[in-house]
Amino acid sequence: MNPVPINDNPFAGDNSGIQQRETAARWALRIGSYIVVIITLAIMLHIFVKGAPVVFRTQWPFVNTQFLTELPATLHVIEDQQGNHIETDVNGADAVKKKLGDNFRAEKTISYSGGGILGPIVGTALLVVVSVGVALFLGVACAIYLSEYARHGKFLEMVRLAILNLAGVPSVVFGLFGLGAFVLTAPRFVDVPAERSVFSIPFGFTTLSFEGWDTCVLSGGFTLAFVILPVIITASEQCLQAVPQGFRETSMALGATRWQTIRYSVLPFATPGILTSSILGIARAAGETAPIMFTAALAFKDKLPWQKDLPPLPADASIFAHWEQSVSRFLGIFTESVQALPYHIYTLAAKIPQNEYAERAQYGSVFVFLVLVASLAASSVLLRKRLRAKYRW
Amino acid sequence: MAAETPASTAAEPLIQVEKFNYAYGDNQVLFDVDLNMSSEDVTALIGPSGCGKSTLLRSINRINDLVDSARVVSGKIKIDGIDLYAPDVDVISLRRNVGMVFQKYNPFPRSIFENAVYGLRVAGVKDRHDLEEAAERSLRSAALWDEVKDRLHEVATGLSGGQQQRLCIARAIALQPRILLMDEPCAALDPIATARIEELIHQLRGQYTFVIVTHNMEQAKRIADRTAFFYKGRLIEEDDTMNIFNHPRDPQTESYITGRLT
Repeated sequence: MNPVPINDNPFAGDNSGIQQRETAARWALRIGSYIVVIITLAIMLHIFVKGAPVVFRTQWPFVNTQFLTELPATLHVIEDQQGNHIETDVNGADAVKKKLGDNFRAEKTISYSGGGILGPIVGTALLVVVSVGVALFLGVACAIYLSEYARHGKFLEMVRLAILNLAGVPSVVFGLFGLGAFVLTAPRFVDVPAERSVFSIPFGFTTLSFEGWDTCVLSGGFTLAFVILPVIITASEQCLQAVPQGFRETSMALGATRWQTIRYSVLPFATPGILTSSILGIARAAGETAPIMFTAALAFKDKLPWQKDLPPLPADASIFAHWEQSVSRFLGIFTESVQALPYHIYTLAAKIPQNEYAERAQYGSVFVFLVLVASLAASSVLLRKRLRAKYRW
Repeated sequence: MAAETPASTAAEPLIQVEKFNYAYGDNQVLFDVDLNMSSEDVTALIGPSGCGKSTLLRSINRINDLVDSARVVSGKIKIDGIDLYAPDVDVISLRRNVGMVFQKYNPFPRSIFENAVYGLRVAGVKDRHDLEEAAERSLRSAALWDEVKDRLHEVATGLSGGQQQRLCIARAIALQPRILLMDEPCAALDPIATARIEELIHQLRGQYTFVIVTHNMEQAKRIADRTAFFYKGRLIEEDDTMNIFNHPRDPQTESYITGRLT
């Protein structure tokens, strides 16, 4: 050991051991943070490098419109004697083969990798709308009750624990629950109950039959709603608790009822935060695959949800009949099964052997998916900012 | 309306607290409090922190009902002879008659106008003209009208602290209550704003019956007709303010007002 230098500075001392540990701790924490940032950037970069060329074009209109506006289709790749590959769809394949004549060497078909991904985009959008709608209603109602009405005690603790546990349930379990609850047993009005109906209540003009909603947007949306419910309840409750207690007391002291107090002096100030929590909900709902596999999503569907064959109306049909058909077409959207982006990506990625064509469609879908989720999140952040500016305390 | 307030009758106090015991869960905070407050008087409740004076104040409009564990153990608080904790009492109309101003000025982050008419809005008043009239009347009463009349629709949290507290007073008197409860109304204000609030209380005395919790004994001397001293959940002494401060009967009161008891 070096002799301790003698000087007049009372703060100088040999504490290099402490210093070294301090430096080591700081670097360990710093490196951990850097790794997180690097991995996040790597994911983004990977998807951008692989996905952007599929979605964007170097020439006008700079966007691959086919990819965004067509339904997925089987891709036919025809190879000629020179080793050139010609990509076409099922209708174009014969024409290409005829044109090549003797020059034709081989034809490969790769399912789902041609066309575009409009179907999955629409399906995911519908699922998100239904699930976030249901989850916000149930979640905010639950959060308001827990935060504003329920008395502190054992029961409240139990409910909180249940919500926490719900957050830990694997999503495939929600999928099976959705299959059992919404696809197979949820109540619906029918003329004649199906054979599998668990239970039915006749009303005369119609029957409420517990026979399920089948695989459809509604089943999937409700299932997803339960997946994101814990996030929304917990976050909403925190936002409600963050509203100063003084607002509640003042409002009640001015003769407001509890509901008036919540309606005018608590909820408006908690809304920005609740919207933020719904951002998380949207991202999660859009990204889940397992809960919709059994309840809403198909690997392939050649129609959009509103492209349903309804009986054509007679030429002299009244405006009312047209209106009625439009309404039933609109409501029909929610009782159709759909394709969804995460499941579509799964379908493509699960193809063995992998090939460049499937991979292209897959990364294109992932890229579009990320852009959609990011723009949804961005719009919610903007909305929150505007509300925050309006209500500040 | 001030003119409608019945004249003070010396015989019958407006607020009667009878053998009042109050607890949070198992923790009793008020013991056998007996206190009468006459109509149109300003009564100051003084005492060290945790002595129960705020709890008593918050029991008079039953705002303490919001605290989960709070409960009346025994005894009564009566206004005009009616027990406030009787099962058939409508808490909403009680609170319309007993206004409250809190320690921390806390106008809602809405416009000045909306703050002033909040109580009327939740009471179901929709007529624009009625609301505007009430807003002007209450803001004038709270000596705030001249300062805010040109910016009624600006957000209230942009006002100064003293103005915000006067807005809170305006908001409470917009409902034309008979009683105004004030929980340390000047604790968060600077001396100038405090002086304005005290001046306002002087102007309004007679129109409302004031019950004011304060830590500031000079303030109690300046504004209160009667003063009640609380210590450890008990009412130690209640008398004319001048008597309390000049000739306290109880040695504890004397210790407190001379700053030896905290």
